[in-house]
Amino acid sequence: MGELGFGQALLSVENLGRQLGDRWLWRGVSFDLFAGDCLGLVAPSGAGKTLLMRNLVMLDPIQRGTVRFGGKTPSQWGLPAYRSRVMYVPQRAVSIENVAQNVLEGTVQDNLMQVFELGVYHQRQFDFTLIQTWLIQLGRGPEFLNLQGTRLSGGEAQILALLRALQLSPQVLLLDEPTASLDAATTARVEALLLDWLRHPHRACILTSHDAEQIHRFTQRRLNLGEFA
Amino acid sequence: MESDYIVIGYGQLALAALLIGVNVALSAALKLGLGKSLLIAALRMVVQLLLIGFVLEWLFTQDNALIILAIALVMTAIAGVSAVNRTQRRFAGIYWHSLLSVLTASALVTGFAMVGIIRVQPWYDPQYLIPLLGMVLGNTLNGISLGLDRFVEGLISQRDQVETLLALGATRWEAAHAQVRNAIRVGMIPTINSMMVMGLVSLPGMMTGQILAGADPIDAVRYQIVILFMIAAGAALGIFGVVLLAYRRLLSPDHQLRLDYLEKAKQ
Repeated sequence: MGELGFGQALLSVENLGRQLGDRWLWRGVSFDLFAGDCLGLVAPSGAGKTLLMRNLVMLDPIQRGTVRFGGKTPSQWGLPAYRSRVMYVPQRAVSIENVAQNVLEGTVQDNLMQVFELGVYHQRQFDFTLIQTWLIQLGRGPEFLNLQGTRLSGGEAQILALLRALQLSPQVLLLDEPTASLDAATTARVEALLLDWLRHPHRACILTSHDAEQIHRFTQRRLNLGEFA
Repeated sequence: MESDYIVIGYGQLALAALLIGVNVALSAALKLGLGKSLLIAALRMVVQLLLIGFVLEWLFTQDNALIILAIALVMTAIAGVSAVNRTQRRFAGIYWHSLLSVLTASALVTGFAMVGIIRVQPWYDPQYLIPLLGMVLGNTLNGISLGLDRFVEGLISQRDQVETLLALGATRWEAAHAQVRNAIRVGMIPTINSMMVMGLVSLPGMMTGQILAGADPIDAVRYQIVILFMIAAGAALGIFGVVLLAYRRLLSPDHQLRLDYLEKAKQ
Protein backbone atom coordinates (compact mmCIF):
# COMPACT_ATOMS: atom_id res chain seq x y z
CA MET A 1 0.00 0.00 0.00
CA GLY A 2 1.72 3.11 -1.20
CA GLU A 3 -0.34 5.46 0.91
CA LEU A 4 0.80 3.91 4.17
CA GLY A 5 3.53 5.99 5.70
CA PHE A 6 6.27 4.33 7.69
CA GLY A 7 5.28 3.86 11.31
CA GLN A 8 1.62 4.59 10.62
CA ALA A 9 -0.84 2.11 12.09
CA LEU A 10 -2.44 -0.34 9.68
CA LEU A 11 -5.56 -0.63 11.74
CA SER A 12 -6.56 2.02 14.21
CA VAL A 13 -9.40 1.44 16.65
CA GLU A 14 -10.76 4.26 18.76
CA ASN A 15 -13.19 4.10 21.64
CA LEU A 16 -15.13 1.18 20.20
CA GLY A 17 -18.18 0.07 22.19
CA ARG A 18 -20.70 -2.73 21.86
CA GLN A 19 -24.03 -2.89 23.59
CA LEU A 20 -26.35 -5.86 24.03
CA GLY A 21 -29.69 -4.48 25.13
CA ASP A 22 -28.88 -2.01 27.93
CA ARG A 23 -25.64 -3.68 28.89
CA TRP A 24 -22.25 -2.64 27.48
CA LEU A 25 -20.32 -5.79 26.60
CA TRP A 26 -17.23 -3.67 26.24
CA ARG A 27 -16.59 0.00 25.59
CA GLY A 28 -13.71 2.38 25.23
CA VAL A 29 -11.68 -0.20 23.30
CA SER A 30 -8.78 1.55 21.56
CA PHE A 31 -5.66 0.12 20.00
CA ASP A 32 -3.36 0.50 17.03
CA LEU A 33 -2.15 -2.41 14.99
CA PHE A 34 1.13 -1.95 13.15
CA ALA A 35 2.71 -3.95 10.36
CA GLY A 36 4.18 -7.14 11.75
CA ASP A 37 1.97 -7.01 14.84
CA CYS A 38 0.05 -9.93 16.14
CA LEU A 39 -2.44 -8.98 18.81
CA GLY A 40 -3.96 -11.62 21.07
CA LEU A 41 -7.53 -11.00 22.07
CA VAL A 42 -8.26 -12.57 25.44
CA ALA A 43 -11.39 -12.62 27.55
CA PRO A 44 -13.66 -15.16 29.19
CA SER A 45 -16.22 -16.84 26.94
CA GLY A 46 -19.22 -14.66 26.26
CA ALA A 47 -17.24 -11.44 26.71
CA GLY A 48 -17.70 -10.59 23.06
CA LYS A 49 -14.42 -11.47 21.33
CA THR A 50 -16.21 -12.61 18.20
CA LEU A 51 -18.44 -9.54 18.30
CA LEU A 52 -15.34 -7.31 18.43
CA MET A 53 -13.95 -9.04 15.35
CA ARG A 54 -17.30 -8.72 13.58
CA ASN A 55 -17.31 -5.03 14.44
CA LEU A 56 -13.79 -4.56 13.08
CA VAL A 57 -15.02 -5.70 9.65
CA MET A 58 -18.45 -4.13 10.14
CA LEU A 59 -20.39 -7.35 9.73
CA ASP A 60 -22.42 -5.76 12.53
CA PRO A 61 -23.02 -2.02 12.62
CA ILE A 62 -20.60 -0.08 14.80
CA GLN A 63 -22.55 1.35 17.74
CA ARG A 64 -19.84 3.58 19.12
CA GLY A 65 -16.32 4.55 18.16
CA THR A 66 -14.36 4.36 14.92
CA VAL A 67 -12.27 1.86 13.03
CA ARG A 68 -9.78 3.04 10.44
CA PHE A 69 -7.60 1.13 8.06
CA GLY A 70 -4.81 3.09 6.41
CA GLY A 71 -6.45 6.26 7.71
CA LYS A 72 -9.83 5.60 6.11
CA THR A 73 -13.04 4.23 7.64
CA PRO A 74 -14.56 1.04 6.21
CA SER A 75 -17.34 3.05 4.55
CA GLN A 76 -14.80 5.34 2.90
CA TRP A 77 -13.04 2.26 1.50
CA GLY A 78 -16.30 0.66 0.45
CA LEU A 79 -17.02 -2.44 2.47
CA PRO A 80 -15.99 -5.10 -0.09
CA ALA A 81 -12.67 -3.33 -0.71
CA TYR A 82 -12.14 -2.89 3.04
CA ARG A 83 -12.97 -6.51 3.82
CA SER A 84 -10.58 -7.71 1.12
CA ARG A 85 -7.82 -5.94 3.09
CA VAL A 86 -9.00 -6.55 6.63
CA MET A 87 -10.25 -10.11 6.51
CA TYR A 88 -12.20 -11.90 9.17
CA VAL A 89 -11.97 -15.70 9.27
CA PRO A 90 -14.92 -16.88 11.38
CA GLN A 91 -14.64 -19.67 13.87
CA ARG A 92 -17.30 -21.73 12.15
CA ALA A 93 -15.82 -22.43 8.76
CA VAL A 94 -18.31 -23.05 5.97
CA SER A 95 -18.03 -24.22 2.44
CA ILE A 96 -19.25 -21.62 -0.02
CA GLU A 97 -20.13 -23.93 -2.87
CA ASN A 98 -23.21 -23.28 -4.99
CA VAL A 99 -22.39 -19.62 -5.04
CA ALA A 100 -21.33 -19.68 -8.63
CA GLN A 101 -24.41 -20.57 -10.58
CA ASN A 102 -23.26 -23.79 -12.15
CA VAL A 103 -21.46 -25.46 -9.30
CA LEU A 104 -23.72 -27.57 -7.14
CA GLU A 105 -21.21 -29.95 -5.67
CA GLY A 106 -18.01 -28.11 -4.93
CA THR A 107 -14.63 -29.49 -4.01
CA VAL A 108 -12.08 -27.72 -1.84
CA GLN A 109 -10.44 -26.44 -5.00
CA ASP A 110 -13.77 -25.10 -6.34
CA ASN A 111 -14.14 -23.29 -3.04
CA LEU A 112 -10.71 -21.75 -3.31
CA MET A 113 -11.22 -20.74 -6.94
CA GLN A 114 -14.74 -19.38 -6.63
CA VAL A 115 -13.68 -16.54 -4.40
CA PHE A 116 -11.95 -14.99 -7.38
CA GLU A 117 -15.32 -14.58 -9.05
CA LEU A 118 -16.17 -11.87 -6.56
CA GLY A 119 -15.95 -8.38 -8.05
CA VAL A 120 -13.20 -7.13 -5.71
CA TYR A 121 -10.81 -9.78 -6.97
CA HIS A 122 -11.55 -9.51 -10.68
CA GLN A 123 -7.96 -8.56 -11.44
CA ARG A 124 -6.48 -11.47 -9.53
CA GLN A 125 -6.20 -15.14 -10.32
CA PHE A 126 -6.22 -18.39 -8.46
CA ASP A 127 -2.62 -19.45 -7.79
CA PHE A 128 -2.45 -23.21 -7.85
CA THR A 129 1.27 -23.39 -7.07
CA LEU A 130 0.88 -21.21 -3.99
CA ILE A 131 -1.90 -23.41 -2.62
CA GLN A 132 0.19 -26.52 -3.26
CA THR A 133 3.13 -25.04 -1.38
CA TRP A 134 0.91 -24.23 1.57
CA LEU A 135 -0.67 -27.68 1.55
CA ILE A 136 2.76 -29.25 1.75
CA GLN A 137 3.58 -26.97 4.69
CA LEU A 138 0.39 -28.14 6.36
CA GLY A 139 1.21 -31.77 5.71
CA ARG A 140 -1.73 -32.37 3.37
CA GLY A 141 -1.47 -34.10 0.05
CA PRO A 142 -2.92 -32.70 -3.18
CA GLU A 143 -5.94 -35.03 -2.74
CA PHE A 144 -7.18 -32.52 -0.14
CA LEU A 145 -8.17 -30.27 -3.05
CA ASN A 146 -10.57 -32.91 -4.37
CA LEU A 147 -12.54 -33.41 -1.16
CA GLN A 148 -16.18 -32.35 -1.24
CA GLY A 149 -16.69 -29.03 0.49
CA THR A 150 -19.76 -30.10 2.45
CA ARG A 151 -18.21 -33.32 3.73
CA LEU A 152 -15.15 -31.83 5.37
CA SER A 153 -14.45 -32.48 9.03
CA GLY A 154 -14.32 -29.46 11.32
CA GLY A 155 -10.53 -29.36 11.11
CA GLU A 156 -10.45 -29.70 7.31
CA ALA A 157 -13.01 -26.93 7.00
CA GLN A 158 -10.80 -24.68 9.13
CA ILE A 159 -7.83 -25.36 6.88
CA LEU A 160 -9.97 -24.57 3.85
CA ALA A 161 -11.20 -21.32 5.40
CA LEU A 162 -7.67 -20.28 6.30
CA LEU A 163 -6.23 -21.03 2.85
CA ARG A 164 -9.21 -19.32 1.22
CA ALA A 165 -8.44 -16.16 3.17
CA LEU A 166 -4.62 -16.28 2.94
CA GLN A 167 -4.58 -16.64 -0.85
CA LEU A 168 -6.39 -13.29 -1.10
CA SER A 169 -3.40 -11.61 0.62
CA PRO A 170 -5.29 -9.42 3.05
CA GLN A 171 -3.18 -7.01 5.10
CA VAL A 172 -4.90 -7.64 8.40
CA LEU A 173 -6.14 -11.09 9.31
CA LEU A 174 -8.71 -11.51 12.07
CA LEU A 175 -8.48 -15.13 13.17
CA ASP A 176 -11.25 -16.36 15.44
CA GLU A 177 -10.07 -19.60 17.09
CA PRO A 178 -8.26 -20.66 13.90
CA THR A 179 -7.01 -23.98 15.26
CA ALA A 180 -9.90 -24.92 17.58
CA SER A 181 -10.69 -28.10 15.60
CA LEU A 182 -7.13 -29.09 14.74
CA ASP A 183 -4.83 -31.66 16.35
CA ALA A 184 -1.61 -30.52 18.00
CA ALA A 185 0.62 -31.42 15.05
CA THR A 186 -1.49 -29.57 12.49
CA THR A 187 -1.85 -26.64 14.88
CA ALA A 188 1.93 -26.29 14.95
CA ARG A 189 2.06 -26.39 11.16
CA VAL A 190 -0.70 -23.76 10.87
CA GLU A 191 1.16 -21.51 13.30
CA ALA A 192 4.36 -21.88 11.28
CA LEU A 193 2.50 -21.06 8.08
CA LEU A 194 0.92 -17.99 9.66
CA LEU A 195 4.27 -16.76 11.01
CA ASP A 196 5.70 -17.16 7.54
CA TRP A 197 2.81 -15.25 6.09
CA LEU A 198 3.20 -12.44 8.62
CA ARG A 199 6.83 -11.87 7.65
CA HIS A 200 5.67 -10.08 4.56
CA PRO A 201 5.80 -6.30 5.14
CA HIS A 202 2.53 -4.50 5.87
CA ARG A 203 0.75 -7.46 7.33
CA ALA A 204 -0.68 -7.94 10.79
CA CYS A 205 -3.12 -10.18 12.59
CA ILE A 206 -5.48 -10.38 15.54
CA LEU A 207 -6.04 -13.77 17.11
CA THR A 208 -8.42 -15.26 19.61
CA SER A 209 -7.84 -18.68 21.04
CA HIS A 210 -9.10 -20.74 23.95
CA ASP A 211 -5.55 -22.03 24.17
CA ALA A 212 -3.63 -19.64 26.45
CA GLU A 213 -0.32 -21.14 25.38
CA GLN A 214 -1.04 -20.47 21.76
CA ILE A 215 -1.81 -16.84 22.55
CA HIS A 216 1.47 -16.69 24.40
CA ARG A 217 3.48 -18.36 21.67
CA PHE A 218 1.97 -16.50 18.84
CA THR A 219 1.21 -12.94 19.88
CA GLN A 220 3.42 -10.15 21.14
CA ARG A 221 0.66 -8.07 22.68
CA ARG A 222 -2.62 -8.93 24.35
CA LEU A 223 -5.84 -7.05 24.67
CA ASN A 224 -7.99 -8.21 27.56
CA LEU A 225 -11.57 -7.41 26.65
CA GLY A 226 -12.62 -8.14 30.22
CA GLU A 227 -11.00 -4.86 31.23
CA PHE A 228 -13.36 -2.90 29.02
CA ALA A 229 -16.64 -4.21 30.40
CA MET B 1 -79.79 -10.66 -19.73
CA GLU B 2 -80.73 -13.82 -21.58
CA SER B 3 -79.31 -16.93 -20.02
CA ASP B 4 -79.19 -20.47 -21.28
CA TYR B 5 -78.21 -21.99 -17.98
CA ILE B 6 -80.33 -23.23 -15.09
CA VAL B 7 -80.68 -20.58 -12.43
CA ILE B 8 -80.11 -21.86 -8.91
CA GLY B 9 -82.66 -20.66 -6.38
CA TYR B 10 -82.33 -20.40 -2.60
CA GLY B 11 -84.24 -23.66 -2.12
CA GLN B 12 -81.65 -25.44 -4.20
CA LEU B 13 -78.89 -23.82 -2.10
CA ALA B 14 -80.49 -25.36 0.96
CA LEU B 15 -80.36 -28.76 -0.74
CA ALA B 16 -76.65 -28.27 -1.46
CA ALA B 17 -76.13 -27.44 2.18
CA LEU B 18 -77.23 -31.01 2.96
CA LEU B 19 -73.89 -32.10 1.48
CA ILE B 20 -72.08 -30.34 4.29
CA GLY B 21 -74.55 -32.00 6.66
CA VAL B 22 -73.08 -35.35 5.63
CA ASN B 23 -69.63 -34.14 6.68
CA VAL B 24 -70.89 -32.84 10.00
CA ALA B 25 -72.65 -36.14 10.72
CA LEU B 26 -69.49 -38.08 9.85
CA SER B 27 -67.42 -35.87 12.09
CA ALA B 28 -69.84 -36.38 14.97
CA ALA B 29 -69.99 -40.15 14.46
CA LEU B 30 -66.21 -40.53 14.35
CA LYS B 31 -65.62 -37.86 17.02
CA LEU B 32 -63.28 -35.95 14.72
CA GLY B 33 -64.13 -32.65 16.38
CA LEU B 34 -64.38 -31.00 13.00
CA GLY B 35 -68.10 -30.29 13.13
CA LYS B 36 -67.88 -26.85 14.63
CA SER B 37 -65.17 -25.47 12.37
CA LEU B 38 -66.82 -27.05 9.33
CA LEU B 39 -70.10 -25.32 10.19
CA ILE B 40 -68.39 -21.98 10.79
CA ALA B 41 -66.38 -22.24 7.58
CA ALA B 42 -69.46 -23.18 5.58
CA LEU B 43 -71.46 -20.35 7.11
CA ARG B 44 -68.70 -17.81 6.46
CA MET B 45 -68.34 -18.97 2.88
CA VAL B 46 -72.10 -18.60 2.25
CA VAL B 47 -72.37 -15.20 3.89
CA GLN B 48 -69.21 -13.80 2.23
CA LEU B 49 -70.17 -15.04 -1.21
CA LEU B 50 -73.77 -13.81 -0.96
CA LEU B 51 -72.51 -10.43 0.17
CA ILE B 52 -69.99 -10.21 -2.63
CA GLY B 53 -72.77 -11.25 -5.03
CA PHE B 54 -74.81 -8.24 -3.97
CA VAL B 55 -71.75 -5.97 -4.08
CA LEU B 56 -70.90 -7.14 -7.60
CA GLU B 57 -74.48 -6.73 -8.74
CA TRP B 58 -74.38 -3.16 -7.49
CA LEU B 59 -70.88 -2.58 -8.83
CA PHE B 60 -71.68 -3.75 -12.34
CA THR B 61 -74.32 -1.04 -12.62
CA GLN B 62 -71.75 1.64 -11.77
CA ASP B 63 -70.29 3.73 -14.52
CA ASN B 64 -67.93 5.85 -12.45
CA ALA B 65 -64.27 4.97 -13.00
CA LEU B 66 -63.31 6.37 -9.59
CA ILE B 67 -65.68 4.13 -7.64
CA ILE B 68 -64.48 1.07 -9.52
CA LEU B 69 -60.83 1.99 -9.07
CA ALA B 70 -61.43 2.56 -5.37
CA ILE B 71 -62.90 -0.95 -5.04
CA ALA B 72 -59.96 -2.35 -7.01
CA LEU B 73 -57.57 -0.56 -4.66
CA VAL B 74 -59.30 -1.98 -1.59
CA MET B 75 -59.02 -5.49 -3.06
CA THR B 76 -55.34 -4.91 -3.77
CA ALA B 77 -54.69 -3.63 -0.26
CA ILE B 78 -56.37 -6.65 1.29
CA ALA B 79 -54.24 -8.93 -0.89
CA GLY B 80 -51.06 -7.08 0.09
CA VAL B 81 -51.80 -7.34 3.79
CA SER B 82 -52.89 -11.00 3.67
CA ALA B 83 -49.72 -11.95 1.83
CA VAL B 84 -47.66 -10.71 4.77
CA ASN B 85 -49.98 -12.22 7.36
CA ARG B 86 -49.09 -15.68 6.14
CA THR B 87 -45.34 -15.25 6.63
CA GLN B 88 -43.56 -16.31 9.80
CA ARG B 89 -41.26 -13.34 10.33
CA ARG B 90 -41.68 -9.61 10.02
CA PHE B 91 -39.48 -6.56 9.63
CA ALA B 92 -40.22 -2.86 9.52
CA GLY B 93 -41.72 -1.90 6.18
CA ILE B 94 -42.73 -5.43 5.19
CA TYR B 95 -46.40 -4.41 4.72
CA TRP B 96 -45.42 -1.50 2.49
CA HIS B 97 -43.14 -3.76 0.48
CA SER B 98 -45.97 -6.20 -0.06
CA LEU B 99 -48.54 -3.51 -0.89
CA LEU B 100 -46.22 -1.83 -3.34
CA SER B 101 -45.34 -5.11 -5.07
CA VAL B 102 -48.94 -6.32 -5.30
CA LEU B 103 -50.13 -2.94 -6.53
CA THR B 104 -47.48 -2.54 -9.20
CA ALA B 105 -47.71 -6.13 -10.44
CA SER B 106 -51.52 -6.29 -10.57
CA ALA B 107 -51.94 -2.79 -12.03
CA LEU B 108 -49.47 -3.47 -14.83
CA VAL B 109 -50.79 -6.90 -15.69
CA THR B 110 -54.51 -6.16 -15.38
CA GLY B 111 -54.09 -2.80 -17.09
CA PHE B 112 -52.32 -4.38 -20.03
CA ALA B 113 -54.95 -7.12 -20.30
CA MET B 114 -57.88 -4.69 -20.15
CA VAL B 115 -56.49 -2.12 -22.57
CA GLY B 116 -54.08 -4.09 -24.72
CA ILE B 117 -55.37 -7.66 -24.95
CA ILE B 118 -59.12 -7.86 -24.33
CA ARG B 119 -59.60 -4.18 -25.24
CA VAL B 120 -62.59 -3.63 -23.01
CA GLN B 121 -64.71 -0.51 -23.60
CA PRO B 122 -64.68 1.49 -21.38
CA TRP B 123 -61.33 0.39 -19.95
CA TYR B 124 -62.70 0.20 -16.41
CA ASP B 125 -65.76 -1.96 -17.20
CA PRO B 126 -66.22 -3.65 -13.82
CA GLN B 127 -67.65 -6.85 -15.33
CA TYR B 128 -64.14 -7.53 -16.69
CA LEU B 129 -61.88 -5.53 -14.44
CA ILE B 130 -63.00 -6.89 -11.07
CA PRO B 131 -62.92 -10.65 -11.84
CA LEU B 132 -59.64 -10.38 -13.77
CA LEU B 133 -58.03 -8.37 -11.00
CA GLY B 134 -59.32 -10.84 -8.43
CA MET B 135 -57.71 -13.78 -10.22
CA VAL B 136 -54.38 -11.97 -10.54
CA LEU B 137 -54.43 -10.81 -6.91
CA GLY B 138 -55.19 -14.26 -5.51
CA ASN B 139 -52.21 -15.81 -7.22
CA THR B 140 -49.83 -12.91 -6.68
CA LEU B 141 -50.68 -13.04 -2.98
CA ASN B 142 -49.74 -16.71 -2.77
CA GLY B 143 -46.54 -16.17 -4.66
CA ILE B 144 -45.53 -13.22 -2.54
CA SER B 145 -46.03 -14.96 0.77
CA LEU B 146 -44.17 -18.05 -0.44
CA GLY B 147 -41.30 -16.06 -1.92
CA LEU B 148 -40.98 -13.73 1.04
CA ASP B 149 -41.09 -16.55 3.55
CA ARG B 150 -38.50 -18.53 1.63
CA PHE B 151 -36.17 -15.57 1.24
CA VAL B 152 -36.18 -14.74 4.96
CA GLU B 153 -35.92 -18.38 6.09
CA GLY B 154 -33.18 -18.94 3.51
CA LEU B 155 -31.15 -16.04 4.89
CA ILE B 156 -31.55 -17.43 8.39
CA SER B 157 -30.56 -20.99 7.50
CA GLN B 158 -27.73 -19.90 5.18
CA ARG B 159 -26.53 -17.14 7.47
CA ASP B 160 -23.01 -18.57 7.83
CA GLN B 161 -22.68 -18.94 4.10
CA VAL B 162 -23.86 -15.37 3.41
CA GLU B 163 -21.65 -13.85 6.10
CA THR B 164 -18.62 -15.88 5.04
CA LEU B 165 -19.01 -14.42 1.58
CA LEU B 166 -19.43 -10.91 2.95
CA ALA B 167 -16.32 -11.36 5.09
CA LEU B 168 -14.38 -12.47 2.00
CA GLY B 169 -15.27 -9.18 0.30
CA ALA B 170 -18.47 -10.07 -1.51
CA THR B 171 -20.97 -7.29 -2.15
CA ARG B 172 -24.39 -7.78 -0.59
CA TRP B 173 -25.69 -8.87 -3.98
CA GLU B 174 -22.89 -11.39 -4.52
CA ALA B 175 -23.50 -12.77 -1.04
CA ALA B 176 -27.29 -13.04 -1.24
CA HIS B 177 -28.25 -13.49 -4.87
CA ALA B 178 -28.44 -17.27 -4.45
CA GLN B 179 -31.12 -16.69 -1.79
CA VAL B 180 -32.92 -14.16 -3.97
CA ARG B 181 -32.97 -16.56 -6.90
CA ASN B 182 -34.13 -19.43 -4.75
CA ALA B 183 -36.95 -17.39 -3.21
CA ILE B 184 -38.26 -16.27 -6.59
CA ARG B 185 -38.09 -19.84 -7.87
CA VAL B 186 -40.02 -21.18 -4.88
CA GLY B 187 -42.62 -18.42 -5.18
CA MET B 188 -43.23 -19.33 -8.83
CA ILE B 189 -43.51 -23.09 -8.30
CA PRO B 190 -47.31 -23.25 -7.73
CA THR B 191 -48.00 -21.10 -10.77
CA ILE B 192 -45.70 -23.12 -13.02
CA ASN B 193 -47.00 -26.44 -11.67
CA SER B 194 -50.61 -25.46 -12.20
CA MET B 195 -49.89 -24.42 -15.79
CA MET B 196 -48.16 -27.77 -16.37
CA VAL B 197 -51.18 -29.90 -15.49
CA MET B 198 -53.84 -27.42 -16.54
CA GLY B 199 -56.62 -29.21 -18.35
CA LEU B 200 -55.13 -32.63 -17.54
CA VAL B 201 -55.61 -32.75 -13.80
CA SER B 202 -57.54 -29.60 -13.10
CA LEU B 203 -60.22 -27.73 -14.95
CA PRO B 204 -59.86 -24.13 -13.95
CA GLY B 205 -62.81 -22.68 -12.06
CA MET B 206 -63.27 -19.72 -14.31
CA MET B 207 -63.41 -21.82 -17.44
CA THR B 208 -65.82 -24.26 -15.82
CA GLY B 209 -67.99 -21.32 -14.85
CA GLN B 210 -68.06 -19.92 -18.35
CA ILE B 211 -68.90 -23.31 -19.81
CA LEU B 212 -71.73 -23.81 -17.30
CA ALA B 213 -72.96 -20.37 -18.26
CA GLY B 214 -73.26 -21.57 -21.83
CA ALA B 215 -70.08 -20.22 -23.39
CA ASP B 216 -68.47 -22.07 -26.25
CA PRO B 217 -65.71 -24.22 -24.66
CA ILE B 218 -63.10 -22.94 -27.12
CA ASP B 219 -64.00 -19.35 -26.22
CA ALA B 220 -63.76 -20.23 -22.56
CA VAL B 221 -60.37 -21.86 -23.12
CA ARG B 222 -59.04 -18.76 -24.84
CA TYR B 223 -60.13 -16.64 -21.90
CA GLN B 224 -58.51 -19.08 -19.55
CA ILE B 225 -55.22 -18.93 -21.42
CA VAL B 226 -55.17 -15.16 -21.21
CA ILE B 227 -55.94 -15.38 -17.48
CA LEU B 228 -53.15 -17.88 -16.88
CA PHE B 229 -50.62 -15.70 -18.63
CA MET B 230 -51.83 -12.76 -16.55
CA ILE B 231 -51.55 -14.82 -13.38
CA ALA B 232 -48.05 -16.00 -14.21
CA ALA B 233 -46.86 -12.51 -15.12
CA GLY B 234 -48.50 -10.93 -12.08
CA ALA B 235 -47.07 -13.50 -9.69
CA ALA B 236 -43.58 -13.20 -11.20
CA LEU B 237 -43.59 -9.40 -11.02
CA GLY B 238 -44.99 -9.35 -7.50
CA ILE B 239 -42.54 -11.94 -6.16
CA PHE B 240 -39.62 -10.24 -7.87
CA GLY B 241 -40.61 -6.90 -6.38
CA VAL B 242 -41.21 -8.10 -2.86
CA VAL B 243 -38.05 -10.23 -2.68
CA LEU B 244 -35.88 -7.40 -4.00
CA LEU B 245 -37.38 -4.94 -1.53
CA ALA B 246 -36.79 -7.41 1.32
CA TYR B 247 -33.24 -7.93 0.06
CA ARG B 248 -32.60 -4.18 0.20
CA ARG B 249 -33.90 -4.09 3.74
CA LEU B 250 -32.15 -7.16 5.16
CA LEU B 251 -28.82 -6.58 3.42
CA SER B 252 -27.72 -3.08 4.32
CA PRO B 253 -25.90 -0.63 2.02
CA ASP B 254 -22.86 -1.33 4.23
CA HIS B 255 -23.04 -4.93 3.03
CA GLN B 256 -24.24 -6.38 6.32
CA LEU B 257 -26.77 -9.13 6.88
CA ARG B 258 -29.27 -7.53 9.26
CA LEU B 259 -31.13 -10.50 10.72
CA ASP B 260 -31.58 -8.36 13.83
CA TYR B 261 -34.35 -6.54 11.94
CA LEU B 262 -36.47 -9.69 11.99
CA GLU B 263 -39.14 -10.54 14.52
CA LYS B 264 -41.29 -13.61 14.84
CA ALA B 265 -44.89 -12.96 13.81
CA LYS B 266 -47.32 -13.04 16.70
CA GLN B 267 -49.79 -15.83 16.26
